[in-house]
Amino acid sequence: MAKPKEIANKPERLTGGHRLCAGCGAPVAVRQVMGVCPGPAVVSVSTGCLEVSTTIYPYTAWKDSMIHSAFENAGATISGVETAYNSLKKQGKIKDDMYFVAFGGDGGTYDIGLQSLSGAVERGHNFVFVCYDNGAYMNTGFQRSSATPQGAWTTTSPVGKESAGKQQNRKDLTAILVAHDIPYAATASPHNFKDLMSKAEKAFATPGPAFINVISPCPRGWRTPGDQTIALAKEAVQSCYWPLYEVENGKYKINYKPKGDKKTPVADWLKKQGRFAHLFKPGNEAVLADIQDYIDRKWEELLKKEECLA
Amino acid sequence: MARKAITGNGAIALALKQVEPDVMAAYPITPQTEIAQNYAQYVANGDVVTEYIAVESEHSAMSAAIGSAAAGARTITATSSQGFALMWEMLFIAASLRLPITMPVITRALSGPINIHCDHSDSMGGRDCGWIQLYGEDAQEGYDNAIQAFRIAEHMDVRLPVMTMIDGFIISGAIGPVETLDDEQVKEFVGDYVAVNSLLNVEKPVTVGAFDSLGGWYFEHKIAQNRAMENAMDVIEEVGREFGELFGREYAHFKTHEVEDADIVLVAIGSAAGNVKTVVTKLRAEGRKVGVLKVRTFRPFPTEQIREALSGAKVIGVMDRSDSFGAQGGPLFTEVSAAMYGGESHPQIYNFIYGLGGRDIFPDDIEGAVEMLEKAAAGDTLAQQRHYLNVREG
Ligand SMILES: Cc1ncc(C[n+]2csc(CCOP(=O)(O)OP(=O)(O)O)c2C)c(N)n1
Ligand code: SF4
Ligand SMILES: [Mg+2]
Repeated sequence: MAKPKEIANKPERLTGGHRLCAGCGAPVAVRQVMGVCPGPAVVSVSTGCLEVSTTIYPYTAWKDSMIHSAFENAGATISGVETAYNSLKKQGKIKDDMYFVAFGGDGGTYDIGLQSLSGAVERGHNFVFVCYDNGAYMNTGFQRSSATPQGAWTTTSPVGKESAGKQQNRKDLTAILVAHDIPYAATASPHNFKDLMSKAEKAFATPGPAFINVISPCPRGWRTPGDQTIALAKEAVQSCYWPLYEVENGKYKINYKPKGDKKTPVADWLKKQGRFAHLFKPGNEAVLADIQDYIDRKWEELLKKEECLA
Repeated sequence: MARKAITGNGAIALALKQVEPDVMAAYPITPQTEIAQNYAQYVANGDVVTEYIAVESEHSAMSAAIGSAAAGARTITATSSQGFALMWEMLFIAASLRLPITMPVITRALSGPINIHCDHSDSMGGRDCGWIQLYGEDAQEGYDNAIQAFRIAEHMDVRLPVMTMIDGFIISGAIGPVETLDDEQVKEFVGDYVAVNSLLNVEKPVTVGAFDSLGGWYFEHKIAQNRAMENAMDVIEEVGREFGELFGREYAHFKTHEVEDADIVLVAIGSAAGNVKTVVTKLRAEGRKVGVLKVRTFRPFPTEQIREALSGAKVIGVMDRSDSFGAQGGPLFTEVSAAMYGGESHPQIYNFIYGLGGRDIFPDDIEGAVEMLEKAAAGDTLAQQRHYLNVREG
C-alpha cells in the first residue's frame, strides 16, 4: 500500500463543503476508499445521508463522475454503468481505464437494496460496493434497519413500557455476500485507516465484484458527541461488535483479534451512546446480556470459520 | 427490404438487432419474453456488439438502463404489465435525467387479479411518467416505431426516453406480414449515437441525479422536461415523414379514415383500430357517415391536431382499452374530451371501454357502439357517458 502520507497529499476526491454532519463517519470512509482508487472512477450512491448531503444542486462534492438515481438500486445502476463501459471499450469508443464504485447506507444495502446488490454480484460485474453502516435510516430521521443492533432506540424501534428498543439482532450482511462466492468481501472501520485502505486496494484490484462493509458512526442517530466517531468505531472493533476480517476467494482472515481482556465488554461501548441509554436502567439487564451473548457467539463462529477456511 | 412472416415480438426484436445498441438490460415477462429471449440469442450468436445484462428484476432493468445511458451508451430494454409497474419509480427518473432510452412495451393487463392478456392498463398507467408514447396497430407499426424511437429520443431538441407499444398476444404473438428493412438502411436511418454529459468522460466528470430540493431548480427542471415534450411533437412528425420518404410508410401523430365528412367518429388506439376501420368501411358502404381516428402519439398528446381533425364530428366515441377508476372515463377519453373542450365545436363525446384482460372485441360490439352514437347524433342524448363493450350483465 502507498504510504498514508502520500495518499493524504493526493487531491481529495470528495471535497469539503458538503453538508454531512460534523463527525459523520460516512465521508471518512468514502475518502479512505477513494484515496486508493487507482484511476478515474464512476461512483453510484444510493439515496441517503451521503447522497443528499454531497450533491446539493447545482453543487457537487464529487471529483469523479457520480450517479444517484434512487434508494434501492446502487448495485443495478453501477452494473449498467460498468456494462456501458465494457461495451464502449470493446468497440474502441473509449480508451481510459476506469473503476466502478457504489456506496450504499445500511438501508440501501441490507434492506431495500439487497436484491439489486445480490443481482449485480451474481452477474459478476467488476465493481466495488461499499456499505457505510450507521445502523439505521439516518437520512429520514433514525428509523430501524436490519443493521440496527438489538436494544437500540430508533424512531421505529422506540423505547416504551413494552419495548426496550429494537428487539431483533442484526442481519449478518457480510456473511450473505460471502455466500455469493464473491471474490472479495471484508469488514472495515475508519479508525484503522491502514486496514481499510489496504482492503479497498485489494477490492479495486479484484476482477469482478468486491464488497466492503464499513462501520460508520452517526453522531446524530447514535446520540454521541461528534468528536467521538473514531473512538467509537475503534471500540466497536475491540468489543467484537464489529470484527475486522476479510474473505478472499472463500478464505477467511481475521485482521484483528483482541486477546483476553483486550476484548472489551460491549456494555462499555453501548453506555457511551444515547441510543442505548435505556438499557442501563434497572430491568434491562437481560437485554444487555443477550447483546453480549450474541456478540460472543458471532465472534466464536468467526474464529471457527477462519480456522476451517483459512 | 424483405417481406417476412413474423410475430410482433419477432419483428421488434429484429428492429432492435438492426439498430444494434450498445447495451440491453432485460427481464422476461409474458408477453414480452420473446424479445428478451431473441435478443439474448443474437448476443449469443455474435450477431450484435450489444452487451446484454440479464438483470434480476425490471426495477433493476430500468436502473441499469439508466446507469448505462448516463454512461453514454445507446441503451434499450423491453417489458409488459407487472414489469412495467415494477419499473414505475425508475421510469420517472429516466425521463427526468433526459436519457434517450427506448423501450418496446408489449401491453398487458395489470394484476389483480392476475391476467396475462392484453389491455393498456400498464402503459396508460405510465402516461405521466415523462416518456414519449407511440402506439402501434400491428407488427409493421411495432417494427417501424421501434426504429423511429431512437431518432426521436436522441434528437437534441428532445432527449427523452421513448416507449413503443404493441398489443400483447394479439399482435406480439400473432404471425403476420412485415416489410423489414435491410440492416444498413436501419443503421443509416438511426445514425450514430452522440452521448451528452457521459459519466465516462474522464476529462469532464459529471454528477448525475443530484439533490434538488427547496431552494433548488426542481420546478425549472420539470418545465424544461415539458418543453422537450413539446419539441417532440414536431420531431415525431419529421422523423415519421422522413421514414415515409425513404421507405414508403409515412407516420404522423394519428391516422384518419373516412373522418372528413363523418357525423360520427370513433377514436381508437392499438390493434382495435384495425377492427374499427373494417367496421367503418362496411358501414360506409351502407351509407352511414362514420369515420375512425387512430391515435399513434399519446405522449405528447397532439391536442390541437386532434381537435382540428374531429371538429366536424357531431358525436365522438372514444375507445379505451383501460379504465381509470373514479375518473370520468378512460385515459384516451379524458384526453380527447379535454382537447375538444378547447375548440369551437362541442360534439357529444362518449366512452367505450373494451377488451380488459384480453376480452375479445367483435365487429358486432363496434357496430353496437356506432348504433348508440347514431342515436345520440339524432338528438337522443345517451343516459350514460361510459359504456362497457362485450361484458356479462349483472
Ligand atoms: C423507495 C424509497 N423508499 C423510501 C425512501 C425514503 N428514504 C430515503 S433515504 C432513506 C434511508 C436511508 O438509510 P440508509 O441507507 O441507511 O442511509 P443513511 O441515511 O443512514 O445514510 C429512506 C427510508 C426513498 N427515498 N425511496
Ligand atoms: S445524520 Fe448521521 S449519517 Fe447522516 S449526516 Fe448526520 S452524522 Fe452522518
Ligand atoms: Mg444508515
